Amino acid sequence: MARDTDADADSNNTSSSTDLLSPPPLPPRRIPSSDSPLQVAPAQSKPTTAVSSIEISALSFPDGSRATFSTTSTSTRAVSTPISSSAGPGPGPGHASPPPPTWASSDHADSMSVRSFAPTLRPAGDLASLVAGELNRKSRAWMMLRSQSSDVQPFATSDIRHAASELAGFENEFDDIPDVTAAGANDDDRLSLWKSKLKHYMILSSAGKPIYSRHGDLSLINSSMGVVQTIISFYEGAQDPLLGFTAGNARFVIAIEGPLYFVAISRLGESDAQLRSQLEALYMQILSTLTLPTLKGIFVHRPSTDLRKPLEGTESLLSSLADSFTRGSPSALLGALECLRLRKSQRHAINNAFLKTRSDKLLYGLIVAGGKLVSVIRPRKHSLHPSDLQLIFNMLFESGGIKAGGGENWIPLCLPAFNNRGYLYMYVSFFDANPDSVSAEPVQERSSSHQDEIAIILISPDKESFYDLQEVRDKLAQQLSKNGSLAIVKAAAKDGRPRISVIAPGAPISHFLYKSRANVQFCMSALDPAFDGPGKAVARRKLMSLYHQIHASMHAKHSHLKVLHCVGEDAASLAWVTPIFEFYCVAGPNISRAVMTQGANKIIQWAKREEERLFIIGGGVF
Amino acid sequence: MADSANAPKPSSSVKLVLLGEAAVGKSSLVLRFVNNDFQENKEPTIGAAFLTQKCNLPTRTIKFEIWDTAGQERFASLAPMYYRNAQAALVVYDLTKPTSLVKAKHWVAELQRQASPGIVIALVGNKLDLTNDANGEGAESGGEGAGAEDSGDARKVTTEEAKTYAEEENLLFFETSAKTGYNVTEVFTAIANAIPETSLKSARGAAASHAASRAEEQRVNLNGPRDPNAKEGCAC
Repeated sequence: MARDTDADADSNNTSSSTDLLSPPPLPPRRIPSSDSPLQVAPAQSKPTTAVSSIEISALSFPDGSRATFSTTSTSTRAVSTPISSSAGPGPGPGHASPPPPTWASSDHADSMSVRSFAPTLRPAGDLASLVAGELNRKSRAWMMLRSQSSDVQPFATSDIRHAASELAGFENEFDDIPDVTAAGANDDDRLSLWKSKLKHYMILSSAGKPIYSRHGDLSLINSSMGVVQTIISFYEGAQDPLLGFTAGNARFVIAIEGPLYFVAISRLGESDAQLRSQLEALYMQILSTLTLPTLKGIFVHRPSTDLRKPLEGTESLLSSLADSFTRGSPSALLGALECLRLRKSQRHAINNAFLKTRSDKLLYGLIVAGGKLVSVIRPRKHSLHPSDLQLIFNMLFESGGIKAGGGENWIPLCLPAFNNRGYLYMYVSFFDANPDSVSAEPVQERSSSHQDEIAIILISPDKESFYDLQEVRDKLAQQLSKNGSLAIVKAAAKDGRPRISVIAPGAPISHFLYKSRANVQFCMSALDPAFDGPGKAVARRKLMSLYHQIHASMHAKHSHLKVLHCVGEDAASLAWVTPIFEFYCVAGPNISRAVMTQGANKIIQWAKREEERLFIIGGGVF
Repeated sequence: MADSANAPKPSSSVKLVLLGEAAVGKSSLVLRFVNNDFQENKEPTIGAAFLTQKCNLPTRTIKFEIWDTAGQERFASLAPMYYRNAQAALVVYDLTKPTSLVKAKHWVAELQRQASPGIVIALVGNKLDLTNDANGEGAESGGEGAGAEDSGDARKVTTEEAKTYAEEENLLFFETSAKTGYNVTEVFTAIANAIPETSLKSARGAAASHAASRAEEQRVNLNGPRDPNAKEGCAC
């Protein structure tokens, strides 16, 4: 049934893998919804609902193929399935069998069979706790909400049930923990506040000196740092470095980079690989400040050095990087950049103007609007690495240091992926928000929104080249405003990300990510209104968590998945990976797979058609 | 008076550099002078920021080209690039932090040793709003600094100490508050007045060593529309 919509160029592989890994399950939604929700709780024999919800959960749980397989083996139609499958898991239902069979069809027995499922889900990882916890919570209200049709938006049903759940404190995640000096703050309160954070990042030296912690000042967390150092060094001493462990519902991931220990503690359900790449980015930020030889030199001479002094002033960069991960960054997840969508000819005109005005001192030139790349020029033999650009974009658009200062900036920085041994010098100038002027007038932070900020970034290996690059900027600004490019860029930045209602009218998909693997770039649909704006931080995090989960499933070692379709109780998601692209999308929980695939196909066709607008292919090369 | 304001006055550029320990308020002073704005908990400057602002004197217009440098130790080696050819320097310390005055003295010594001989240096004690003389009586109450601590006054560097030092070294001296704006424009006006006419003439030549003269022309053209704003921003 869904096969038809899958059928295109890639369909041969994909459909076969679909057969194996994710069954063509069920329009299961229809079955439960046909039941009157009011009757569910007292129902005497409604195993159907239990069956389908179990299967749905199993499907929704993407982290291991195990869960997916278990549903593959079950016949989706059979009403008797729950009994056979609940007998299958073995140890679980042991205590469920004693009750006389007369009970068997009561809802009590149902809940037992549901519960018996939980242990079989657990081994697959942290995410199981998510599912297991939810199974018991299927109240009548939930069923009522559930039974609403396909226009249920993702995560729309979860607001009530999640009140006490894992994202409960997310709104306050970024609030500061008050100082010791603050009125009414005692250490116990501060500590419990600290513990309530869902995500922590810590950096310490191998000698145990604290370097950075996202939350809490050092007096508060010194003892925790000590414990962390003891644990890590214990395993390191045994020549068997500790990579990670789980405590309660928190996952600890440890990365050791030379003399530095990096620790991520997350209750947000990211995979180890994802957390590790986040720690890697923090390490890159430190290298970008110090360079590798300097960092090594510091610790070779004095292993007990307090690295906070040399890193002074960069805490805000580390924190804004950390917070972007906690908020959920598609760019970091996909390891790709986002570009501003422009017509090919328009981008060409900008590149040409850029190439014409460049000076000999220039290594890389970039124009960036609201964190999206507009144009890049580079020497033929050097390309720019996404992780380096991530650091630059973080410095310019996420942390306030540069924007707030106004004026032009001259910043020494190391781009570790380009060369971790030395500094480059970066000229940064934000364009005036006022369209009449292209002068160096500083952007008024409060008057222009994040999306509209256009920056010129010029990178040179010569630290004396500020005035040269300033001249390049002035000429370029003049050119761009003369040929109208600046206005075009501003308009494109203001338009924001594409909307699904425009790309694929009628497709019931709420959000998507599309990564072009060859270009290491991605595009996504607009986050607002559902996932962006005031009060939407939790919805956004749920979306990002879901992306992280399906991304982890697709990229799990030995999984070789090509298509993954997951249905959970509050959202459905689809991942599709080919050598050309990676595609992820999310829809409401009641969207059938066929409809979702159809929508996905439309979006992918759009992305292929618009490839030269969405992505910078090659860029200006000199 | 009105006539002289309307007639085009001679205009000249002055390269000015701000130096001082981290977190003493260099960027805040500049932000107050250029945009007449103040931000609580401003994030640290990275590298250096370059800003311009005009200052109208009765007889001429001074266009400050301001290098606002980062105060962290790791950027210290870049400082010569910024104070080379500078005609003026603002060495800033934090009135509530004695070590920042020590650092300021180091900067003054370095400037006197390495910068252009005629450089005008102003020593500026910032964060006056944190002291008891926030009302602006700062210059008078310096002697009482010793007993200040128990009265909730955060001042740790007496006016007298800094002033004496400034006189010895022949520096301009001000105590300011970037937060309230107290004395900020006065610092820049005083510097503008202190720069000898002759050094303004030669300024062009000095700046040109970087092919900056061409950039200069560009900037003048481009900046045309914003001059009126700039005048408003500067209260002098």
